[in-house]
Amino acid sequence: MIEPTNRRYCRRNFRAVPLLAIIGSCLLLQGCGLSDAPVLFPKGPIALAERNLLFTAFALMMIVAIPAIGLTLFFVWRYRRGNDAPAYTPDWEGSWKVETVVWLVPAAIIVVLGTLVWNTTHKLDPYVELTGDKPAFRVQAIALDWKWLFLYPELGVASVNELAFPADRPLNVEITSDTVMNSLMIPALGGQIYAMAGMRSELNLLANEPGVFTGRNTMYSGDGFADQHFKAHAMNEADFNSWKAKVTGDANVLDAKTYLELHKQSVANPVTYYSAFEKDLFDIILRKYAPIVGPYESEAAELICRGAA
Amino acid sequence: MLGRLTFDAIPLYSWVAMGGAAVTVGGGLAVFLLITYLRAWKVLWTDWLTSVDHKKIGIMYVVLALVMLARGFVDALMMRAQQAIALNNDGYLPAEHFEQIFSSHGTIMIFFVAMPFLTGLINIIVPQQIGARDVAFPFLNSVSLFLTAAGAGLVLISLVIGKFSTAGWTGYPPYSGIDYNPGVGVDYWLWALIVSGVGSTMTGINFIVTIVKNRCPGMTYMRMPLFTWTALCISVLIAFAFPALTVVAAQLVLDRTLGFHFFTNGDGGNMMMFANLLWIWGHPEVYILILPAFGIFSEVVATFSRKRLFGYKSLVYATACIAILSFTVWLHHFFTMGSSANVNAVFGIATMIIAVPTGVKIFDWMFTMYRGRIEFHPSMVFTIGFMVTFVIGGVTGVLLALPPADYLMHNSTFLVAHFHNMLIPGALFGYFAGLNYWFPKAFGFKLDAKWGIRSFWFWIVGFYLAFMPLYVLGFMGMSRRMEHYADPTWQPYLIVAALGAVCILCGIICIAVQLYVSARNWGSARDTTGDPWNGRTLEWATSSPPAPYNFAILPEVRDLDAFHDMKIKGTAYQAPTSYEDIVMPKSSGLGPVLGALGFALGFAMVWYIWWLAALCLVLALVCIGIRACDDDTEYVIPASEVAAIENVRLAQITPADMHDMRDFLPRGAASGAALPGRA
Repeated sequence: MIEPTNRRYCRRNFRAVPLLAIIGSCLLLQGCGLSDAPVLFPKGPIALAERNLLFTAFALMMIVAIPAIGLTLFFVWRYRRGNDAPAYTPDWEGSWKVETVVWLVPAAIIVVLGTLVWNTTHKLDPYVELTGDKPAFRVQAIALDWKWLFLYPELGVASVNELAFPADRPLNVEITSDTVMNSLMIPALGGQIYAMAGMRSELNLLANEPGVFTGRNTMYSGDGFADQHFKAHAMNEADFNSWKAKVTGDANVLDAKTYLELHKQSVANPVTYYSAFEKDLFDIILRKYAPIVGPYESEAAELICRGAA
Repeated sequence: MLGRLTFDAIPLYSWVAMGGAAVTVGGGLAVFLLITYLRAWKVLWTDWLTSVDHKKIGIMYVVLALVMLARGFVDALMMRAQQAIALNNDGYLPAEHFEQIFSSHGTIMIFFVAMPFLTGLINIIVPQQIGARDVAFPFLNSVSLFLTAAGAGLVLISLVIGKFSTAGWTGYPPYSGIDYNPGVGVDYWLWALIVSGVGSTMTGINFIVTIVKNRCPGMTYMRMPLFTWTALCISVLIAFAFPALTVVAAQLVLDRTLGFHFFTNGDGGNMMMFANLLWIWGHPEVYILILPAFGIFSEVVATFSRKRLFGYKSLVYATACIAILSFTVWLHHFFTMGSSANVNAVFGIATMIIAVPTGVKIFDWMFTMYRGRIEFHPSMVFTIGFMVTFVIGGVTGVLLALPPADYLMHNSTFLVAHFHNMLIPGALFGYFAGLNYWFPKAFGFKLDAKWGIRSFWFWIVGFYLAFMPLYVLGFMGMSRRMEHYADPTWQPYLIVAALGAVCILCGIICIAVQLYVSARNWGSARDTTGDPWNGRTLEWATSSPPAPYNFAILPEVRDLDAFHDMKIKGTAYQAPTSYEDIVMPKSSGLGPVLGALGFALGFAMVWYIWWLAALCLVLALVCIGIRACDDDTEYVIPASEVAAIENVRLAQITPADMHDMRDFLPRGAASGAALPGRA
């Protein structure tokens, strides 16, 4: 499903020549490499499709924007006072022809863009699971002050401020927050979605090939916000297996008490691994904020939901 | 007795914070001493603060806006300086201080610069454009002004006593809730919004009634100048949108103060409701800020192209379309909250539809210049700068309206660059154009054009330098509101942005110099006719500055460009056969008193000084009661006094002062000898 989409967007790319020209000149002017800009040079098909939509829309709008800017400057120059050569029509108050063009041309562009938006918004809905040759790799992400906790239900392990996944499988992230509103984003792989306490949101991403990408919370959340970033590693099979072995062998275990320690505010938390985590931890954190009265499902749930022993 | 107000509230924790407090206190003290030195307290009180004259209230609004612009800009400069140096280090601002600065920058620029600036210009001009002697509710107008000033006062005093909010100008819970933000900062933010929001709502109501009811004979809706049309549209927007802000702020106050759970994480609270309510106000607010600027551009472009406005009807319909559509797009501020694809797509498309009427406006202004005789007055230069730069902002706005693209760009500096691209060229340039265009109307002499042009160049170059790098940084994955960062490739762009801010600082200094130079040379730039630019609309029919009653005899309008028409027909500057008594509203001290009570109420609620809050509330109700029982709120200017004022004015106007109207004569008419004006 991803492949044909990809190719179609590549063709659209040709319309983006003006933007590329601008970017090229920026490169020269600023003398600063943009080749690392994750949004312009994405590393996964979702981000690429999103970027291509950006380029297509940009190119389409140039149909109106370039005449608008160009004609404005031209009219300013040509009809300046003192230049008495051109015609002067002080009482000209309108023209149906001009009005028709200036209403209908932008409207036509918006019809085209609107259709594009309708289709792409559905196709690139972050909740739609990506189907590939292999099943999606599931990860649960929990926003904390000021770090990300990742749980890997498939492996039974957890990590803080580092995300690892097999590069050849789509990544399916379930997201919630055990603090204020956050927003999870790995720009090279695709868009973002908010993390909100008591709520489960979802993000589906895919990497082209193995690589290391920066991810972060983009939603300002307090003093440690600037340092709330992490590395996302898309790994080939061998690397992923050794990563798995490393984490599984770690002595740390994320039980309810350890989680309460981790939940405390910390800035630039070092990467930490846990060889196991409390059963249903993600659901317990969701339950913590749910307006439910009644007994807790387990001792650990009670501990985490009440926030103290 | 003093709630949670203790000596700890004084910002002794950092030198920068203390410096800010010292500047605020010092500035206030300097103004106090200057007024005392000039012995101007009595004049200030009787002629200005208690005045209900819409022109004076308008001037006070603009003064408030310019003072707050200086404060808000210092915040911007500090942020740019911090980000320019904070690569892998903490810069010179601790995180908490940086957070206060970006929160106060946004709050000040939106609520206490843009809002009072546009309200001030509307106040000065709209009654004159529709041929009215005052607004519908002059006393209410005064109360609105002082409630806005009270809100601004709360933001200013937070620098000296306590701290300001760290939650950003949008103050999203749960971060702004009591659990995560127990200090007074968010409360300052909330009460500044509530107190000034009440003032804005009343302004909206006031101008709806004024424009609907107080138009002079012949001024039909389709003959109203475009600035008046935009004022009407935004007044409707204010009346419908601001209640949402007041409600959402009140709910957050209840959460914070009385332990409610509207927006908390647990106990059934839902922060998504806050986002929805805030932006149901917030998106119309964008158009509240921008539409009056569009109105100003429309007036300026016609006057200085020496041409009738192109596509007046089209511009009116486009304005009304934008006003209505502005209520249908609020969700585009949070496409990333996880709404379904259907919801996101619908709001994305609705957002893009707004681009159509906005684009139409640009083309209508452009065709107004077509076959014109363009004069590069500072207000016209700001208009041209706006037209070119705003298109870029429009393009990036449509990009952000595409939900999948927004997933990439949301919360990034690209977004920051986009909305500054709308609000600086779109709104602020419009207000500056209005300042240059209408200053002689308010004060009777012209502003210095040279310094006006200089301020324009610094502003526009500074704007491009400051915000184009932020667009690029958005592509590079930089989030907004970062106190420091670890990516060395970002720093060059942030340094350029900081230089841009310095450039804008020069632009602001140029405006200050322009005001100073013009005031010093005011005699040589006097405007005797009341029509310095060969204007087309009715506000140029009054003297500069206008008499308290604006029009001795209510004008009769026969054309869209009412005053232009009068000049062509030779009916301008004609003394009527007789004058009549004019009834005008009396000054009232209750406006400033209610403003002071609003300020004290907000302050008391911030610090939990319950007795003071209750006292202020009771006193405010007493004031309203006193005013309601007062049946003697008007005075009469006798016809003889009106005649005296008018005769002096008309005697000053010689044919040599009048504009040459021969260019505008209908084709085939006689040589124009019958026209008043230079031969």
